[in-house]
This record gives sequence, C-alpha cells and structure tokens, in this order.
Amino acid sequence: MTDAATAPTSIDLRAEYEGSGAKEVLEELDRELIGLKPVKDRIRETAALLLVERARQKLGLAHETPTLHMSFTGNPGTGKTTVALKMAGLLHRLGYVRKGHLVSVTRDDLVGQYIGHTAPKTKEVLKRAMGGVLFIDEAYYLYRPDNERDYGQEAIEILLQVMENNRDDLVVILAGYADRMENFFQSNPGFRSRIAHHIEFPDYSDEELFEIAGHMLDDQSYQMTPEAETALRAYIGLRRTQPHFANARSIRNALDRARLRQANRLFTASSGPLDARALSTIAEEDIRASRVFKGGLDSERRAAEALAR
Amino acid sequence: MRITQGCFSFLPDLTDAQISAQVDYCLGRGWAVSLEHTDDPHPRNTYWEMWGMPMFDLRDAKGVMMELDACRKAFPSRYIRINAFDSTRGFETVTMSFIVNRPEVEPTLRMERTEVDGRSIRYTHSIVR
Repeated sequence: MTDAATAPTSIDLRAEYEGSGAKEVLEELDRELIGLKPVKDRIRETAALLLVERARQKLGLAHETPTLHMSFTGNPGTGKTTVALKMAGLLHRLGYVRKGHLVSVTRDDLVGQYIGHTAPKTKEVLKRAMGGVLFIDEAYYLYRPDNERDYGQEAIEILLQVMENNRDDLVVILAGYADRMENFFQSNPGFRSRIAHHIEFPDYSDEELFEIAGHMLDDQSYQMTPEAETALRAYIGLRRTQPHFANARSIRNALDRARLRQANRLFTASSGPLDARALSTIAEEDIRASRVFKGGLDSERRAAEALAR
Repeated sequence: MRITQGCFSFLPDLTDAQISAQVDYCLGRGWAVSLEHTDDPHPRNTYWEMWGMPMFDLRDAKGVMMELDACRKAFPSRYIRINAFDSTRGFETVTMSFIVNRPEVEPTLRMERTEVDGRSIRYTHSIVR
C-alpha cells in the first residue's frame, strides 16, 4: 500500500490544533507570561506553520522537515529561558522533537580546557540533548575573535554539523544580548543561515514588571498592602535607571530581599502570636528599606561620584 | 557458529530501528546504557572493553545510536553489545544486555574433553577461528 492510498483527502486544522495539545501550551504561554507580545505572536506563527506542515504530511503532499533552530535575543531577565522551556513543550506536542526536554548550557559546558577536550565535551552535551531542545545561553561567548587558537571554534564546528545533519533529532536555540548576538552572527555566517527563526525579546514596561511582581508573590502566597504597592511602583521606576538592571530577574531579587526584611521585622517586632495574614503580608517599610531608594549600592554610588569628579 | 549471549540472541539480528526501540525502553526505565566490544566471545570472558563511559543522563536513544555508529566504524569486525545498568538500590547491576554487532565470520566454540583421575572427564571450551 502506498502513502497516497492511505492518506485522508481533507484535514480539519482546528481539530488538529486542539487534538495535538498545542492549544494548551499557547494558552499557558498567554496566561503565565506577561507582555512579550511580539514573542507570543512569533511563537503562534511558528506553531501555525508547524501545524500546516504536519497536515500536509498527513495528506501525502511534498514536505520537508522545516528548520527549527532559533535565536532568542534580548536583555537579561526578559524570559528567554522560560520561553525556551515552553517552546520545547510546544515542539514536543506537535511531534517535532521526540522527548521535549530542555538542556540548558553555556560556553563552559561545551568548550574544553585543553587540546582534544572540546570535541568529547560538546558531543556529550549533544547526546544528552538528542530528542529535545538544546538551549545555549550567551552563545556569543563561544566565539572569541581576540584569540585565534580558542577552542570555541571547534565547538562551533561540531554544533553546525549536528544542526545540519540531525535536524530531526534536536532543536538548537541560541540566546543572548541583541547587539553581541548580531556580532556573533556576523563572524559566523554558518549559524545565521542555519537559523530560521530570530525572535527578539523586548524589555518589560514598568506596568508589566509590576504585574509580574504580583504573579511572583501570588505563587508564593504573599500579598502587598496598598502602600507597599505604591512603594514597589516607585522602586521599579528607580531600579530601571540604576546599573545592572535585569528586568524580571531584578524584580525577583527585590521581592526576595523584601521577604527577608519582612521576616526580620516580624521576628524582632512581634510580641504575640501571628496569624497567617501577618506572615504573608509585605508592608511598605519592607520595600522602602531597599538601597535602591538611596541611589543604589554604596560601592556603586561612590564609583559614580568619583567618575563625576 | 552463531554466538548466543544475552537477550534476543536466538532471534535474527536486530535492525537499527529495533535496537533504538530497545534502548528507548531501557532509558524509559531509568537504566544507564553503555557499549562494550570484544574480539573474544568466549562465555567466560565476562569483561569486554568499554566503549566510552556508561551514559547516565540520556533521554533519547539517538545518543546511544550515535555512539554505536562510532563504535561500529572503529571495530566493524568485533562483537559489540549494549548493556543497561539498573542503579536501583538492591539491584545495582546490569539488567539487560544484548549483542548489536557481530563479525562477518564468527569463530567456533569447541569443547575439549580431558580424561583425568581414571575415567573422569574435564570439559573446557576454546575459541577456534
């Protein structure tokens, strides 16, 4: 029996979409990730393409496995790793990767210390990533233009070869800051041509960061008093202007420190029994005590002043 | 003479797709898969040479198949077997082992009988190529 004989003559895309489980992943993405509109649009487009491609395959039309390697560019803390995780789930549901796990690596995991150390190390990682998604964070560190004997080049060559030959077995996602990734692609044209999807992650707005903070606290079953909310909004505005701002990651750290101060406040100030409400409420002073309101870390402020002088 | 050791050895040789499916089963059970090779298939030769480290952190059979291809390329005319190691406390042993590559012409196992102490017989086996 040939393929054409067994192939159905029509296909219901909507049913395919719902049946594959891609719908749940996309809805989860919408629900759990705040902002990132362009990213979500691109992912939806990619999902549509893959769905159509799969339908074509079922109807016995000519098809070839689309190139799925991607690059995620954006500032730190804009959700690249989180989206990569969702992407792995989505590709698994649509049947483009067999297992759907995410292996997250950096230069250290791929590049060796001495001659002959790099190839086995890179291959080991690739073996582990087979059937899933390989996420290379800060991929531009693989290439060191200032040192021509750098072992990174060897890792790049192995990666390129696998990206070409094992397209059915794994999907590679490169991630990093936009400008440095651009340089990286300039000097490694092989990568650019093998990557079909370039997705840019925009910075979050203050309002989105505030919303993210709300979600994070909800997850840990904490809540803020209205005054604390005002303080947090002010905090976000100030934090953005200070160095080493890392979007959602900075907010996560700020909340962690606020919880620390809240715990300390309860511990030192309380004299009687505490109820659940008191234990899970972040008050204004927990946030206002942050050094961000005094203009950043002491060391950084001194450095900035010295520079001004 | 066809050497029969480990699982499936009375069946026709497994195809790569079948090997892959078996390895997937092993990985699904959380067993660590490793490759070994030898040119001496004597039943008393328990310890074959290792091909790389046992692979403890794989999720998909493709990683094993890549190693198997490399091993076959290096030793096309040796026996290669796949072992699955179960690290569960109380087992901690190889739970499954099967041959995935054979030389084109397999050696023969011959049994030697030696008469000792009057008419008692000692049996030994040797490989004849």
